[in-house]
Amino acid sequence: MKRELICILCPKGCTLQAEILETEVSVTGNACLRGERYGKEELLAPKRTVTAVLPVSNRPDTAVSVKTEKPVPKEKVMELMQLLQKESLIAPLEPGQCVLEDAFGTRVITTCRVL
Amino acid sequence: MKEHKIVVIGGGPAGMAAALAAYEAGVKDVVILDREERLGGILPQCIHNGFGLHKLGQELTGPEYAEYYAEKIRKTDIKVYTGTMVTSLTEDRVITASNEKGILQIRAGAVILAMGCRERSRGALGLCGTRPAGIYTAGTAQKLLNCHGLLVGKRVVILGSGDIGLIMARRMTLQGAKVEAVCEVMPYSGGLQRNLVQCLEDFDIPLYLSTTVVKIEGRERLEGVVLAEVDENRRPISGTERSISCDTLLISCGLIPENELARMANITLDPVTGGALVDEMRQTDAEGIFACGNVLHVHDLVDFVSDEGEVAGLAAAEYVLGEAQSKVAVPTVSGNGVRYVLPQRICDQEREIPLYFRVSQPRRNVNLIIKQGDSVLKKVKRIKVSPGEMEKVVLPAGCLRKGKGEIKVEVEV
Repeated sequence: MKRELICILCPKGCTLQAEILETEVSVTGNACLRGERYGKEELLAPKRTVTAVLPVSNRPDTAVSVKTEKPVPKEKVMELMQLLQKESLIAPLEPGQCVLEDAFGTRVITTCRVL
Repeated sequence: MKEHKIVVIGGGPAGMAAALAAYEAGVKDVVILDREERLGGILPQCIHNGFGLHKLGQELTGPEYAEYYAEKIRKTDIKVYTGTMVTSLTEDRVITASNEKGILQIRAGAVILAMGCRERSRGALGLCGTRPAGIYTAGTAQKLLNCHGLLVGKRVVILGSGDIGLIMARRMTLQGAKVEAVCEVMPYSGGLQRNLVQCLEDFDIPLYLSTTVVKIEGRERLEGVVLAEVDENRRPISGTERSISCDTLLISCGLIPENELARMANITLDPVTGGALVDEMRQTDAEGIFACGNVLHVHDLVDFVSDEGEVAGLAAAEYVLGEAQSKVAVPTVSGNGVRYVLPQRICDQEREIPLYFRVSQPRRNVNLIIKQGDSVLKKVKRIKVSPGEMEKVVLPAGCLRKGKGEIKVEVEV
């Protein structure tokens, strides 16, 4: 069955036609190679990059933003958010510091500086 | 009074890119003034990813994109005054600003306006009903959540399907709130397609098109809103009302360029964009005053904001170095199906000119046509166009004919 997808990898938002064939997934409508990969993945095992904020225990009223280094399986997104609720960090923090080592196959890192 | 070669008002993505471009073009006396405590403008609160793909070839979050530019600025002699609010600007480029040390006056060789936008508020929309707590613009709720860790509510309705509203629908859902609905008065969404997919569809959040909020209920705290469908003139249709209980209403109904300073300096504004009328170098009709980023016209992508900042920064540098030449301008105009075109005039007809514009309604399989008189300068096919996604078409160098009149951009169905 053919599915129409919107590629979410960049703001261009290409409309893809994706279909699972006998031995492979066919993708058309993509403007770049990343789009082809996205179309295949979206049908077989969709993934999402997760971004969130965590409290900084010694800086009241300040949160630190974090992200998964790589996309995680879409069905694990809420589970990951639950895991992150338990974390709290201590300033000073630099961008790129690891917050969670094992987040469904990738790491969660900070994306901003808190002095 | 102090004197500086180039003063940039606003330290967001447009201002940072402009300051760096001017500095790299050889003007070492560049100053950035910003009312916030840090550089970055709106970026530090945009913690989602998707920034920088075009410009930097990598996918960054907002804070990372801001840091990339802030770090470059720290490596220069560009002076940054944070916590400094510009209160006036004159046509002959005298700036008055105020900060904790007092009042500051600067005479600038060139000024770059990069003040960005503010959000359209409840008051500007004229929503009926009581005035309880729990009504926020989407960007305010975003700042409270992403910079301060405060979730503003648990059951949310979002009015307007602009990108900030869509992004906040996902953020609040991830953070444990229930987003009951996003309603949009227009028959199509104002946001990027990819945000409809990854922010609404991923979380089964309903989007109601041609629907608006007609009533707000609750005395101390918001208790609910009444939605109604609207007709083609955007007037609520009687009998379609329904109530939704919620404790929070987020408003994502568009951005308004903050051009109070431009008005003070008698700069002519475009009634459609809300920004200054500019030429291809982003010079306004006040000589030596340039504008870029969202204060000029609302962008969807920060990458294009940075590009525009670089154009304005380079132009301001050429101006103060005495390399700019004044030329006769050819106006650009919006034809069929086009809401606005930027720049609004083209002076240098020898170089390549990127034209930015928005279509007035969503369509599929169209041609975008750039004409001068009867001759077609460029024709580009698009599978789909939407008012929520800015179009860019580059006119090749030397294709304009002198004395042939205005350049018209239109959509051919």
